[in-house]
Amino acid sequence: MHRRNLIAAAVASFALPALPALAQTEISWWHAMTGANAEVVEKIASDFNASQSDYKVTPSFKGTYPETLNAGIAAFRAGQAPDIMQVFDVGTGVMMGAEGAMKPVAEVLSENGYEFDKSQYLPGIVAYYSKPDGTMLSFPYNSSSPITYINKDIFEAAGLDPNDPPETWNEVWEMAKTIKESGAAPCGYTSTWLTWIHLENFAAWNDVPYATFENGLAEGGVPELQLNAPIFVNHFQMLADLAKDGTFKYGGRTSEAKQIFLAGECGIFTESSGGLGDIVKSGMNYGIAQLPYDSDAGGPQNTIPGGASLWVFGDKSEETYKGVAAFFDYLSQTDVQTYLHQTSGYLPVTMEAYEATKSSTFYDENPGRETPITQMMGKEPTANSRGVRLPNLPQVRDIANEEFEKMLAGDQDAQTTMDAIVERGNAAIKEAYGNM
Amino acid sequence: MNRATFPHFWLPLLLIAPQLAISAIFFYWPAVQALYQSVLREDPFGLRSTFVGLANFRNVLADPAYLNAAQVTVVFSLLTAGFSMAIALLLAVQAEKVVRGRGFYRTLMIWPYAVAPAIAGMLWLFMFNPSFGTLAAIPRALGIRWDPLLNSSQAMGLVVAAASWKQISYNFLFFVAGLQAIPKSLIEASAIDGAGPVRRFWTIVFPLLAPTTFFLLVVNTVYALFDTFGIIHAVTSGGPGKSTETLVYKVYNDGFVNLLLGSSAAQSVMLMVLVICLTAFQFKYIERKVHYG
Repeated sequence: MHRRNLIAAAVASFALPALPALAQTEISWWHAMTGANAEVVEKIASDFNASQSDYKVTPSFKGTYPETLNAGIAAFRAGQAPDIMQVFDVGTGVMMGAEGAMKPVAEVLSENGYEFDKSQYLPGIVAYYSKPDGTMLSFPYNSSSPITYINKDIFEAAGLDPNDPPETWNEVWEMAKTIKESGAAPCGYTSTWLTWIHLENFAAWNDVPYATFENGLAEGGVPELQLNAPIFVNHFQMLADLAKDGTFKYGGRTSEAKQIFLAGECGIFTESSGGLGDIVKSGMNYGIAQLPYDSDAGGPQNTIPGGASLWVFGDKSEETYKGVAAFFDYLSQTDVQTYLHQTSGYLPVTMEAYEATKSSTFYDENPGRETPITQMMGKEPTANSRGVRLPNLPQVRDIANEEFEKMLAGDQDAQTTMDAIVERGNAAIKEAYGNM
Repeated sequence: MNRATFPHFWLPLLLIAPQLAISAIFFYWPAVQALYQSVLREDPFGLRSTFVGLANFRNVLADPAYLNAAQVTVVFSLLTAGFSMAIALLLAVQAEKVVRGRGFYRTLMIWPYAVAPAIAGMLWLFMFNPSFGTLAAIPRALGIRWDPLLNSSQAMGLVVAAASWKQISYNFLFFVAGLQAIPKSLIEASAIDGAGPVRRFWTIVFPLLAPTTFFLLVVNTVYALFDTFGIIHAVTSGGPGKSTETLVYKVYNDGFVNLLLGSSAAQSVMLMVLVICLTAFQFKYIERKVHYG
């Protein structure tokens, strides 16, 4: 008897809280956020759910960015697609190729009575996630920009000025050598995402082409990579040389190097501004500076948005789209955007949130936190700096990573590496265009 | 043959229905799907597809990366099967000598088998992480520059170690059983004739274990070929370069990272043919050809 009561109580305790959900429309949100950023996702979803009673957004973690994209594609093919999916910047080309599978965000908003006013959003970001005709396809959730972090304690121990972080790559190399030679840390410099930071952003920031046809953004033909130009070769030869004695330490293909920096092994670190949350959490005495530029080029241009955006799948019910639109409207609210920006280091997507943060004392108290925004918005973008769009950018990155690893292991020099990336990459791009 | 055991037609069919259903859903359906996709050229979302005949197979076979993956697979399989069997045999022979707590000792040996491949991979990755791995201190103390992220032989060593470690338990179990089947009288007789333990092992025990060894060789090869994806994915993701990219890993990478579904399907069809051959070989030879009893 007791036992039966217990079971009944247990069943009731599970069932009861679920009851109000019957009247709600569930909206699934697949994401790839970990650590401090996953907490932000959970908080935004639960705050939205608490703010109204018609819809319930359920975030689920689906692994890394590429894993989430694949989970979404597999789910779509099986007819089980989620409502909202977070897709990383380089997956944008893949998603744009899937017209019909997706519903443009601009449509979702306008069909459900929300005004979509482009001028309220940061222009560089919105342009990146829009069709050439200007229709916004996905909602920029977390936009980031690569910046430089320094460990101030290591700088001091090496006799460097912790308030004078490197501005050019040559300064990075010199300071890294000083750190290594002085014994202040076992390594001078490390970086996450070599492809994103040292290829895509390196090209935009130094205003040199990544590929023909405006890096694939312009119509007219199959883009060809331009990555074996001397400026790239010299840059990577330097990295390869510094890797020999460990002055530069390779961490891995994605964000693994963050652990190396957090462990205090390296003094200088380039990583997404979105990595800030974890660095703040670690309690490290850190400093931020803009991404270094190559002194052989004409000075810094602008960086291109990284991070990810939210895509809405097609063929969902009207109720679902209403909920999605309400959620995106909530996401655009100034206080939500300011929270996202200030906690995670991602950029605010609306001008209002940026202005609000500017007028508060936040940037005064946290010098350097405006850096990712100013370096992206500082100058009108050129044909080289609007972004990179290839239908198979993840694959091209893979090829580049493989060749980088061979180079850093000392098997080949930078010229061979960059030539191989161009040759293999171009073949893959051609094939991908054939598949479309 | 006694055909009268099940007089009805429907009852036996009903009894094997669950097994048939599982085979159909999890084996035949995906296999047919792979065959179908291997002759198509398709975008990732499956919105447009064209029939291309055997073009995917031609492209795969002409791809130097495929040859590389085949070589990596051979090296990886040989090393994994060799190490896991050699170590398991050594442990099994030593376990035979333990008098007290033999059961406890054996149970401990079997535990790693219960660890999921991805978890095993993560364990080894953490233990040998160049920055904070506890065991990475050993190669460093020996003056070796330990960097499996960039050094391809070290990366291969790490995946082989993780894959072998997981398989040792399985092999151990079979070797223990095999050792128990060897008549004690034979060993005693040779001891009386003056053969030392090493000689006894190589002239009596090892040849009599041949059926077990041969069986394990096939099983371990199949394991190294197909069941080590999780380990490779967790430890190296096929890197550095492509130095730990096996055939199975390449199927995954081309299909799910590079989204080249046709090529990936063609590769899995080729692997399917390989499995069929291996299985046929196993059925034909294992039970019949190797025995000394």
